[in-house]
Amino acid sequence: MSGGIAPAGAQSARSVAVDSDGVPLEVLPVGGRFLDRVNPVTPFLAAVLYSIPLLTTLDIVSALAALVLAMVAFWVAGVRPVEILRSSWILLIAAPVSATSMLLYAKPGGESYGQFLYANITDNSIQLAIAVGVRVLAIGVPTLVALSRIDPTRLADGLAQVAHLPARFVVSALAGIRLFAVFRDDWTAMSQARRARGLGDSGAVRRLMTMAFALLALAIRRAGTLATVMEARGFGAEDVARTWARPSRLGWRDLVLVLAAVGIAGVAVAAAVALSSYRLVGSA
Amino acid sequence: MTTSSTPSRTSSAQGPAQARSPKSRFRWRVIDIVTAAVLGVATGLIFIVWNSVGYAWFTVMDAFTPGVGGIAVGIWLLGGVLGGLIIRKPGAALFVEVLAASVSMLLGSQWSIETVYSGIAQGLGAELIFLLFFYKRFGLGVAMLAGAGAAVAAWTLELFLSANIEKGPEFLTIYLVSIVLSGAVLAGVVGWLLTRALAATGALNRFAAGRSSKRIG
Amino acid sequence: MAADPRARGDRCTEPLRRGQKLEANRLALVGARVEARGWGWRHADRAKLAVAGLDLTIEPGEAVLLLGPSGAGKSTLLAALAGVLGDHEDDGQELGSLLVDGRHPSDARGTVGLVLQDPQANTVLARIGDDVAFGCENLGVPRAETWARVREALDAVGLRMPLDRSTAQLSGGERQRLAIAGVLAMRPDLILLDEPTANLDPAGVDEVREAVVRAAQASGATLIVIEHRVDVWRSSVDRVVVLGGEQHLLADGTPDLVLEQHRESLLAAGVWIGGHEPQVPRAVLAPGEDLLIADGLGFGRADHALHTQFSATLHAGESTVVLGPNGAGKTTLALTLAGLLTPVEGEVRATQALRDAGDDARVRRGGWGLGRFRAAPPAGPHPSAWRSRQLLTRIGTVFQQPEHQFVAGTVRRELEVGPDAAGRGKRETSERVDELLTALRLSHLAEAHPFTLSGGEQRRLSVATVLATAPRVLIFDEPTFGQDRRTWTELVAIMARLVAEGHALVSVTHDEQLVRVLGDQCIRIGAHDRKDAKVPA
Ligand SMILES: Nc1ncnc2c1ncn2[C@@H]1O[C@H](COP(=O)(O)OP(=O)(O)OP(=O)(O)O)[C@@H](O)[C@H]1O
Ligand SMILES: Nc1ncnc2c1ncn2[C@@H]1O[C@H](COP(=O)(O)OP(=O)(O)OP(=O)(O)O)[C@@H](O)[C@H]1O
Ligand SMILES: [Mg+2]
Ligand SMILES: [Mg+2]
Repeated sequence: MSGGIAPAGAQSARSVAVDSDGVPLEVLPVGGRFLDRVNPVTPFLAAVLYSIPLLTTLDIVSALAALVLAMVAFWVAGVRPVEILRSSWILLIAAPVSATSMLLYAKPGGESYGQFLYANITDNSIQLAIAVGVRVLAIGVPTLVALSRIDPTRLADGLAQVAHLPARFVVSALAGIRLFAVFRDDWTAMSQARRARGLGDSGAVRRLMTMAFALLALAIRRAGTLATVMEARGFGAEDVARTWARPSRLGWRDLVLVLAAVGIAGVAVAAAVALSSYRLVGSA
Repeated sequence: MTTSSTPSRTSSAQGPAQARSPKSRFRWRVIDIVTAAVLGVATGLIFIVWNSVGYAWFTVMDAFTPGVGGIAVGIWLLGGVLGGLIIRKPGAALFVEVLAASVSMLLGSQWSIETVYSGIAQGLGAELIFLLFFYKRFGLGVAMLAGAGAAVAAWTLELFLSANIEKGPEFLTIYLVSIVLSGAVLAGVVGWLLTRALAATGALNRFAAGRSSKRIG
Repeated sequence: MAADPRARGDRCTEPLRRGQKLEANRLALVGARVEARGWGWRHADRAKLAVAGLDLTIEPGEAVLLLGPSGAGKSTLLAALAGVLGDHEDDGQELGSLLVDGRHPSDARGTVGLVLQDPQANTVLARIGDDVAFGCENLGVPRAETWARVREALDAVGLRMPLDRSTAQLSGGERQRLAIAGVLAMRPDLILLDEPTANLDPAGVDEVREAVVRAAQASGATLIVIEHRVDVWRSSVDRVVVLGGEQHLLADGTPDLVLEQHRESLLAAGVWIGGHEPQVPRAVLAPGEDLLIADGLGFGRADHALHTQFSATLHAGESTVVLGPNGAGKTTLALTLAGLLTPVEGEVRATQALRDAGDDARVRRGGWGLGRFRAAPPAGPHPSAWRSRQLLTRIGTVFQQPEHQFVAGTVRRELEVGPDAAGRGKRETSERVDELLTALRLSHLAEAHPFTLSGGEQRRLSVATVLATAPRVLIFDEPTFGQDRRTWTELVAIMARLVAEGHALVSVTHDEQLVRVLGDQCIRIGAHDRKDAKVPA
């Protein structure tokens, strides 16, 4: 190649394995799990397609059916129960909370078992509370598992190349997310600086607040220089078709994931309808 | 870019300023996009903290009071207000709030994909208010309205997401009042104060929001 | 990769541009032409123009060294040439005209590559490979070609790390190499480098300069480099342009011509010229009492020691320099000595003399509780366990990145923070602050926000914050980078005076001049072995 910048004589000091497109294998995704190999955009689509049908109804049949089917699907895909628990344990708190609220404040209906101020526990509210609690799990657990461990870089590639969201916004968001790591270092350095400069002894709460604000201000300044650097590297030009160094493609796994999501939600809702337990939200 | 404008620029050599094509007030500069993105990420961080602190309050109140839990919601509406006040471009409120929600979701928020639905609704709620003022007014009042707008949108979405529509009118009314108050104060007033404080540090000096009359040096 | 006809040669990006006529000269190996006519720029919140009335023409393919005192507007000019000063009224005010290849720079973006002065700021993405590829992506370079360029560029600057290595924890020098690689990979027509070697070790300086010159020659690109040290670039450039402090061009011509004819005025303006090393008088003293002792020290980040069994003693009235290649762990050592990082093993011990040095009596405890009225406990032997105010009056630290140092909203306030926390009186504080502002030529910027200062101004301010409280032990991480000759001399004179007054001074540095003047004791840190620092063969 003419105009190359490699040192004369010493051609590339590294011999890196590349795929058929010339992309180094180093930068391509690895990981054997089914969920690691789908395009990161797919879990999003799947989560939307899965959650919306389930959100239309408030009944225990559809929620329970979806939850059970999703667990089976994860088992088939090789997701271990520990992982499921790790990404979704918080729902074990959230579900009963939603249920309690519904139990107390749902519109009364049927026999009343107790009343206090605005709270009224009735047949209707008990039924709805159970349905809401299970629904929180049914929607939350599978989507949390599917959406955990998404790599921001690959997600951005997918959002731009597959979902065709505006590149300027997607790339900026990705660059913003990189600042996360920088914020952590900034935080350390700022605590060190404050300590070195005699400001480290003030009350913990006040120090936390002033440092959080200082970090926000620093973050915005970083955004300013980051924008400068990105522009200096040709970012944001409107007359150039941007290319993408890492490919982002869809494959059979993506189809499988979407079909599974739609299938599970469909079967669950169909079961509810068949058992005439389907209850459109707000229809009561 | 038309090439024909180049000669006129060259000839204006000694003029007071080059004749650059005037840019629309609504055009997103790269710095606008990147700053909005960074704001989104930073707000996402705040959300993550609040997902435990604020959620604790929300949980207790939601379970045992009819709708007072709404008081905690305001912080989750901050993104839209901050984005609108600082960037001042159409779509800024929406972009910042949705990005913040997505960041919060990806790092594991308990609401999973519903976090993003909420982000979209809340962002739209705030956006609508800024639109109503033609992206021209960014005072305290507008900020509070934007917070309240986001709150109303959140309330509406939750009718379906949390099936709140099945709840009684007392709950819904109290929840609406507390969430709107919280939006106006925790998102509106706090967002406005933050913007002002940020402007005072000079961090916003490339934005209309932070332009100061003071000249140094 | 040559299969793609568009990927030809150095300017394969052009044919991808939509709706643009191919001009004849753009296909030849010709760099960009730069033309400034009465050009000036005022930053958004400044009264004074950063650059004014600039008339300058740079021909395609020229290699230009841009000189000038700190604050002369060199960085501003480079940012303008890259089209990144903004073109919006919120960004600042532009006067006259500045053209790159006949176009306004913001329309020429992408054919111009800029490396900013602050190395940290130059990183865009989370992985090394992606970061270098970023510019190519924006220019529409095909995928295979992009990765080929990425590897070449990384090789050229000598950054030998896996492509998927995180960009989060690079040392200052590693980061600077990464930034230059990112620009080289774009194969720009105009390469703009703002003090590209300021943070590099001597071997790195040569390596990077060679890479830049080679790349510019191979592609015919025009090159503009800012650097205070003339000698580094003298034989590699065709031309030297000196921006004057008073807004005019001070000199312009071939290096030999400029350096011969304008020697005196250049020296007065603060330009570094070989053979005219600044002289800073030092009082010769025998080292005084021990102050800080590193004993069997292992230092590193988290629990991972970069080096072990390190021992050294810092004496009063003695200046120590810490040398070593980029990424060796000098900053880590400095932070450990300063009591800001906990030793991984061994200890950093303060002698009784240092423990007695602070005036704890005047130090109030912080916080809101009743506890703040109690006297602080006496300082123990280990600085990493001291309270913040105990540290303040005993060990002062200048961080490698100036922005980490800053805690206040104006330059003046920044200098008052330390004396205030140490409980000094109002009068004493304001006298000391005024004195420092004058000595370091920052008076006119007293009300500016620290972050809006030029690179050199920021560095001086961060050093000044420590001088304001003048603790017994001073630890400076690269105190002189980015300084012109004049401010360098003044800064080093202040440092030398502090040593003479009995302070112990540690400077982490790559600056040979500083070593010459202040190298009473030299500590060399060798490269540490780090498994992932090498590319697997
Ligand atoms: N973003 C900014 N906002 C306001 N003022 C600025 C900004 N950047 C630079 N300045 C001011 O403009 C002047 C010129 O700064 P510039 O960075 O161009 O100097 P320089 O010649 O590169 O100096 P150095 O050698 O110290 O890096 C300085 O007085 C500086 O304080
Ligand atoms: N915050 C951090 N966390 C973890 N590792 C880090 C961090 N900062 C730097 N490192 C790594 O620690 C090693 C030593 O870094 P350090 O900054 O001490 O080097 P240095 O000698 O000061 O180099 P330079 O001359 O380039 O500033 C490097 O390999 C670097 O990649
Ligand atoms: Mg500069
Ligand atoms: Mg260092």
